[in-house]
Order: sequence, then structure tokens, then C-alpha cells
Amino acid sequence: MNTYADIHRDDLASKTGMWLFLFTEMLLFGGLFVVYSVYRFRNPLAFHLAAGELSVFIGTLNTIILLTSSATIAMSVTAMQKKNKKLTLLFLSITVLLGIAFLINKYFEWGGHIREHIYPGSSVLALRGQGDILFYGLYYFMTGLHALHIVIGLVFIGFITVFVARDKVDPENYVLLENSGLYWHLVDLIWIFLFPLFYLIT
Amino acid sequence: MGNEKNHIIPYQTFLYVLAGLIVLTFTSVTLTQISLGALTVAMALLIAAIKSFFVLRIFMHLKFEKRMFSIGVTAVTLLISVVIIITLIDYLYR
Repeated sequence: MNTYADIHRDDLASKTGMWLFLFTEMLLFGGLFVVYSVYRFRNPLAFHLAAGELSVFIGTLNTIILLTSSATIAMSVTAMQKKNKKLTLLFLSITVLLGIAFLINKYFEWGGHIREHIYPGSSVLALRGQGDILFYGLYYFMTGLHALHIVIGLVFIGFITVFVARDKVDPENYVLLENSGLYWHLVDLIWIFLFPLFYLIT
Repeated sequence: MGNEKNHIIPYQTFLYVLAGLIVLTFTSVTLTQISLGALTVAMALLIAAIKSFFVLRIFMHLKFEKRMFSIGVTAVTLLISVVIIITLIDYLYR
């Protein structure tokens, strides 16, 4: 509740700040996509063969999980605008659960590779040559950085869920909810490109 | 206050977009399993671009926000594309 008549709030400014941050995130991953393009260009065969070893099934499953979670957090904003607190909390909880499901899949996926001694610095990978080392180096770094973003996004959304439950984020002031949604959509957006580049283009 | 009411997007819109995104994902998976040579990369990236367009416009509300956000996204996308193209041209003609 605003008990002060002159309390300062500027939603457009907070959204602008969020977008500026998202631009830097896009450039961060953009830089990695430049590295990917060059390495792939110089090692076409190794990238082709190594990409074929990734599980298209897990990749597709995770894509659908992330897309769905993006839709549910978008719907939580609609629920908030319609002043439906219960539905907002439900959509936020589903989003968090889907994010955790994504990480669990990632755990099994990485675990599978590591059990086959395929990880940066492994002697098995070193024997397979430069192209494979570059592919798996990028694979672990890019999907790892993406997974880190998922973890940060989950913490962010976790806080927002608590704020909504305690009415600190309410239908009169929900820019924080929108910003957490924007962050989550960006994580989804990056995955939309990571998925074909690592799993599909073989 | 400068905190004008936002456009409310109905739940159904998000469900339609989600359905579209999932269909595009399966299309991408199916098309890349068939070997189309150099076209495969172009096809996969084109589908990814279409998917991001919907995520940006609808999920991220860009369609209903001030234009400066869309202009910013376009600028960043162009910058990344130009850097990738120039870098690849450099490697191609080195």
C-alpha cells in the first residue's frame, strides 16, 4: 500500500533497465555464437559427427519444457492484470517446476557424456582430435552458461512468487513480475538457437 | 505517474502461440533429420528466427510496448548478424 502521496515509481524506467540488461545478455551469447560459427566453419566434419552424438530426444523434450514454461510465466502476467492472485501463483509455480525439470534433464544428459569420459580436459576426448575438443568445449560452455541462467531465473521467479504471495507485487504494481518474465523469455530465446545449433544441424 | 495500464493479452493467445512454437520445433526436428545439405542450416536457423519473433512479439509483449524496445532488439540482432557475417567472410577469403 502506498501511504506516501509522493512515492516515486517509474515502471517504464524499470522495464527499460531490464531490456538494456537483456541486450547485454544477447551480446554475451552473440559473441559465443560468433565463436561457434568460426569453429564450425573450420571443423565441419568433426562438428557434424559430434553433434550427431547428442540426444535429439532430450533436446526436443527440453525445448518443449522451456517453451511451455515461457507461456506459463506470460500467462501469470495476464492473471495478475486480471487481479487473480491464485492463478498468478499457480502459473509461477508451474514455471518454476518446468525450469527444475529442464535442469534435471540437463543433469542426466551431462551425466551421460561424463560417464563416457567426454568432458573438457578428458584424455578420451583429447584422443579424438581438435574438432571434437572444440565442439564439446563450446557445448559444455554454452549449455552450461545457459543452465546457469536457468538457475538465476528460477531464483528470480522464486522471489517474485513470494512477493506475489505477500502482496508486495500486486495488480497495481507488478513491473517486477513482468521483468522476471522478460528474463525467463530471454533464457527461452537463447535456447531456441542453442537447440538447432547443437542438436539438429548434424 | 507514467505508469499507464498495460494491454492485457488473453490466455488463449499464449496457448495458440505455444502450440505454434511446438509445431515449429517438430518441423525443425523433422526437416533436419532429412539431409538437405547446406539448406539444413538455413532451414533450422530460419525456423529459429520465426520462433524468436513470436517469443519477442507476444510472450515478451513487444507488440504492445513502446517502439524503442523493438528498435533496440532489432539493432542488437543486426549487430550480431553483421559481426558473424564479417567474421565468416574474413575466414572464407583469408
